[in-house]
Amino acid sequence: MNIQFRESREAASPPTTKTAIADCDIHPARATRTELYPYLAKRWQHHLEVYGVHAYQGMMEGPPYPKAQPNASRRDAYPPEGGPQGSSLSFMQKQLLDPNNVQLGVLNPLNTGQGIRNHDLSAALCSAINDWQIDKWTSKDKRLKASIVVGNEDGLAAAAEIRERAGDKNFVQVLLLSRNVEPLGQRRYWPIYQAAEEAGLPVGVHAFGFGGNPITPSGWPSHYIEEMVGHSQCQQSALASLVLEGVFERFPKLKMVMIEAGFGWAPSLAWRLDKVWQRLRSEVAHVKRPPSEYIREQVWWTTQPMEDPERREDLFDVINWIGWDRLLFATDYPHWDYDEPSRVLPAGVSEANREAFYLGNAKKLYGIAA
Amino acid sequence: MTSLIAGGIDCDVHPAVPHLTSLLPYLNDYWRDQVTTRGMVDLVSQSYPQNSPMTARPDWRPEKGKPGESLEDMQRHVLDPFQLRFAICNPLYGVQMVFSEDMQAAFCRALNDWLAKEWLDRDSRLRGSIVIPTQSIEKAVAEIERCAADERFVQVLMLVMGDVPLGKRALWPIYEAAERHELPVGIHAGSAYHNPPTAVGWGSYHIEDYVGHSQAFQTQLTSLIVEGVFAKYPHLKMVMLESGVSWIAPYLWRLHKFWRGVRMETPWVDRAPLEIVRSNIRFSLQPFDAPPDAATLNRLFEHMQSDELVLFSTDYPHWQFDGQDALPEGLAPDLVRKIMIDNPHATYPRLK
Repeated sequence: MNIQFRESREAASPPTTKTAIADCDIHPARATRTELYPYLAKRWQHHLEVYGVHAYQGMMEGPPYPKAQPNASRRDAYPPEGGPQGSSLSFMQKQLLDPNNVQLGVLNPLNTGQGIRNHDLSAALCSAINDWQIDKWTSKDKRLKASIVVGNEDGLAAAAEIRERAGDKNFVQVLLLSRNVEPLGQRRYWPIYQAAEEAGLPVGVHAFGFGGNPITPSGWPSHYIEEMVGHSQCQQSALASLVLEGVFERFPKLKMVMIEAGFGWAPSLAWRLDKVWQRLRSEVAHVKRPPSEYIREQVWWTTQPMEDPERREDLFDVINWIGWDRLLFATDYPHWDYDEPSRVLPAGVSEANREAFYLGNAKKLYGIAA
Repeated sequence: MTSLIAGGIDCDVHPAVPHLTSLLPYLNDYWRDQVTTRGMVDLVSQSYPQNSPMTARPDWRPEKGKPGESLEDMQRHVLDPFQLRFAICNPLYGVQMVFSEDMQAAFCRALNDWLAKEWLDRDSRLRGSIVIPTQSIEKAVAEIERCAADERFVQVLMLVMGDVPLGKRALWPIYEAAERHELPVGIHAGSAYHNPPTAVGWGSYHIEDYVGHSQAFQTQLTSLIVEGVFAKYPHLKMVMLESGVSWIAPYLWRLHKFWRGVRMETPWVDRAPLEIVRSNIRFSLQPFDAPPDAATLNRLFEHMQSDELVLFSTDYPHWQFDGQDALPEGLAPDLVRKIMIDNPHATYPRLK
């Protein structure tokens, strides 16, 4: 939540005393509006100045539901040298990476080339943001790893971008957003999964995005909170589509990460899918096994924003149903609904589960040496 | 299996309209003429294709006609063997798909009259839901007023996927009328298909639409709660029908967390979402979407932190369970009594 900046005990304590963690959802921002221009052809620079990004939503600038904070980010995360929250490596190191002993930080840039109606512009912007991640972040701090951002609506162009980056150790996953023109299992997106599987890279699906569809199946709601809560329903529908279109069956080595959409809903969705599949499997003969099996084997979940029951032990039931080996700790830095690492898990969790939750699962999934 | 008790209330059974022409006697001359002159076809929604395995249990499927179109079958399949005191009829005829408010109002009126005459008049255990033409709020309210005079109508019925989110203020006159007449508003699975059936677009399969109902219910609860429906109408009850139940607690944990974070956006929400659900929202039992083991079931009910949320339903003739196994394994006898008798009576004041 929105924590006012103060000189905390955290910052004062030497970082080495803290157990190392992975943060699987960090949002790096551009310091200026034109920071990507050096990575863009003149043609696209001109296009952006004249026409803007032409997204699958109406606003020329900013989101249709105003956020609760500027840039949906913590007010204490503005870098001292200026620019929006998350735009300074040195301040990210000081505020997030060093004090929390982050050993692996996965970058998920948002507001890039995704959800854009002009697919050529989309591809150019994604390629630019990928170069920018290396130059500005991963080449300067070895703890940070990038995500290959791809133009989601053009599967072939997206696959080409993945193949171009495959083998580059700066990148540990492919990044998609949950909301697209069609549900993510649709075949227009299959080239993405094929290329990711070939490259041995997990595909992260981050909550959010724009695909032109209302964020409820009953039309557009009124409020930001409805969009925020709604991301978990979008993610459920996207995952159901992936299962029911047979994506996991067709790409058995594909690994997918559900990012920033919660995980409390996972057991319920899997049970429901299994139950309904028993009845209606003749319609989806390509789905050969109970849906929960694909989910259990091929899907991981980042933790933030952790569901917050009145009784903490209730959440542990859910984690046990999902499996402690499938959760990846994330803070969502610098966003306002940041989960503070030291406060996420109470006492009573076994050392092995704690280590897996905070670090081990992420290192294994993203292929980072111990 | 968990034992049923006699005198229960089945909150979700589905009598089927045999065909659009079955409503002709209940339409005025103009609409009868429209139906025949224009060659209008039967209003069967994609939400329940007639031959889908989900739409009827094999042993409840008639040799001819639509599952659920015969009262004698319903008596033989559920009313008698489950020893029911009442069963609430929720017709799923596809009138919500109509775009014209005039046509929709005519069809809803005919449907409600058909239900009263061909079902409620013929078995005293049956109660009805008022299907309303939501293309016009004014006409929807008028239909509630018209039908509410008949005490056998115990609920107003809407679909979970319509034109706008259910909390939107334009719909509030419906809720005002429902609260005034002590009619809970039942929100049933199904779509008018005026929007894509998922929040990420059109899926390819019937199974996706069916699985997606539970996501639709989640977004509707958010809308109803944060728009302030229950601050304005504190005595209004809403019942989520055929919604699934295992998602309720984790969904509320998320809503509650965000509400604490951004409640300044909706300052009229005067109570925590969890409290609102406990006092104003109920859920029908079937389809019970949890694994068949008692330990998990008991944890799920623990997570809900209330034994008042769930109302018994068979979802007749939909295929949600076999034999008499409408109650999931492992429910304690006290909870069975709450679910089958006490909770429905507390929800539906007109059940007398």
